Amino acid sequence: MTEKTPKSGAARRQFIFDSAKMVCGMGMLGLGLGLYAKQSKALPALALRPPGALPEDDFLGACIRCGMCVRDCPYNTLELAKPETPVATGTPFFNARNIPCEMCEDIPCIKACPTGALDHSLTDINKAKMGVAVLIDHETCLNFLGLRCDVCYRVCPVIDKAITLDLVPNARTGRHAMFLPTVHSEHCTGCGKCEKSCVLEEAAIRILPPKLAKGELGKHYRLGWDEKSKAGKSLIDESKMLDLPDRLPEGAVLPGHYDPASGHTEAMRGMPGSEAGAIPSLPPGLGGKP
Amino acid sequence: MSAAKHKRIGAEAVEEKGWLRAHKWLILRRISQFSILALFLLGPWFGHWIVKGNLAYSYTLDVLPLTDPYVALQSMVAGHLPETLGLIGLGIVLAFYLLVGGRVYCSWVCPVNIVTDAAGWLRDRIGIKGSSQLGRNTRYWILGMTIVGSAVSGVVLWELINPVSMLHRGLIFGMGMAWTVVLVVFLFDLFVTSRGWCGRLCPVGAFYSLIGRWSPLRISAPKRTACNDCMDCFEVCPEPQVIRAALKGEGKGVGPVILSPNCTNCGRCIDVCSKDVFTFGLRFNNPVSTAQPAVVRTETN
Repeated sequence: MTEKTPKSGAARRQFIFDSAKMVCGMGMLGLGLGLYAKQSKALPALALRPPGALPEDDFLGACIRCGMCVRDCPYNTLELAKPETPVATGTPFFNARNIPCEMCEDIPCIKACPTGALDHSLTDINKAKMGVAVLIDHETCLNFLGLRCDVCYRVCPVIDKAITLDLVPNARTGRHAMFLPTVHSEHCTGCGKCEKSCVLEEAAIRILPPKLAKGELGKHYRLGWDEKSKAGKSLIDESKMLDLPDRLPEGAVLPGHYDPASGHTEAMRGMPGSEAGAIPSLPPGLGGKP
Repeated sequence: MSAAKHKRIGAEAVEEKGWLRAHKWLILRRISQFSILALFLLGPWFGHWIVKGNLAYSYTLDVLPLTDPYVALQSMVAGHLPETLGLIGLGIVLAFYLLVGGRVYCSWVCPVNIVTDAAGWLRDRIGIKGSSQLGRNTRYWILGMTIVGSAVSGVVLWELINPVSMLHRGLIFGMGMAWTVVLVVFLFDLFVTSRGWCGRLCPVGAFYSLIGRWSPLRISAPKRTACNDCMDCFEVCPEPQVIRAALKGEGKGVGPVILSPNCTNCGRCIDVCSKDVFTFGLRFNNPVSTAQPAVVRTETN
């Protein structure tokens, strides 16, 4: 090695040149692939991962694209992304509006996974977080229109926990209640049965990734009423509390609103004591005004 | 007349040994490739679930797990260890290819081999000469890049574009547009670079060649002194650079066993040789000299 012939010098130059060529080529290819990898982490909002799936960043490193979860899903819910699908090629996903997750108690998809891409420590399907249902369109939801559709509520596998029907007076008719489907994210698994069965042409309730669906309170926020019930008493001396006047903006009328200043409760149409008169939704034959 | 202009590879062997013997290993290889594919397809097409999964990971008869070590390695450097079955499958596959030669995967299992073999065959048939320069080491650079890239990006990087898994997954789970990627590989091999994909670019093959670095099962040329320099083995071989040292090593102190890890053990050289120079053997059976009694030489000449 000490005595270098000119030939070995040329060979070395060639070697360095060839290596530099390769390093540059691989740099280009690697950069392209890397950016593509970065983009592929942007999972479309309506593509849901199987139960127990790691966060998308980790999922793409852990999933080896074998399709075992697809095979062991008894309801053919899952599919593997094809190259043209806007989901990382070969990875499993489902679209709730097509086929939702049926929330099998034994979670066969997780059992089939040969890697940690689907978290094997998830054994209670009710703790799955594939997404969060969001009643995304209040303008078309039939219950918001005052009807009793209730389908999303009825099909929910975690009925009365993940979705409840909250009663609100129907101000339009003045004599009905609206049963508003209300999602409670701590119980919602994101299975998508509500989205699947929404009777509208386009579902008014949809499963979204929790990151998209959920706000987050500041870490220092405390809800006074929660703290009060936790402590069993108020955390402050309520006798020293100053009550600021509750005022509606000038000229505003809120049916059913109690105004402490005058002691008057605004009349509510269709409610006892109401002078609001005829109920427009009632046809004349049933006693409504013609 | 055109036959005189362009001699078909292995024509001599067909004449000498008959068509069947001159295609024996090719036929066996195709049977192997299509049988493996058929086992995977039996489930989705006919509902007989003998094998589930795909080449990345499969589970046979609910007892035999098999994990692709290259995909698993990318996942591991990305920071994720397979579960128990995945690890067992990894061990089984590594042990198997350690014994039979890593690139046996390429020639006996991989579905893209059928595509690139078809391109190579057509290239020979329509006589496309010349080929753009692309070093055979390129694949190792790509292999290195995918490992480093997987570690950096945290994504199983090569699986984003791997034509091998796209084709296999496509056949089993639904093709989509994956056929376009396969077509590109075919056209690349046909028009751009001879044996370009499997022989120069594919990091899967590069990875398997490393597993089979010390594998005992090898192609050997024990009757190399009978070689009549027809060049058919070089023409048919997907990795022709592996042959020379062993075939022409007589008198240079080189044994007849093809030791290059890039030999795919496809056996086509055995098929196309009219002199039966090549055979399957073990790497240990590698005497420096294989000279036959002079009679053989005079006989063949």
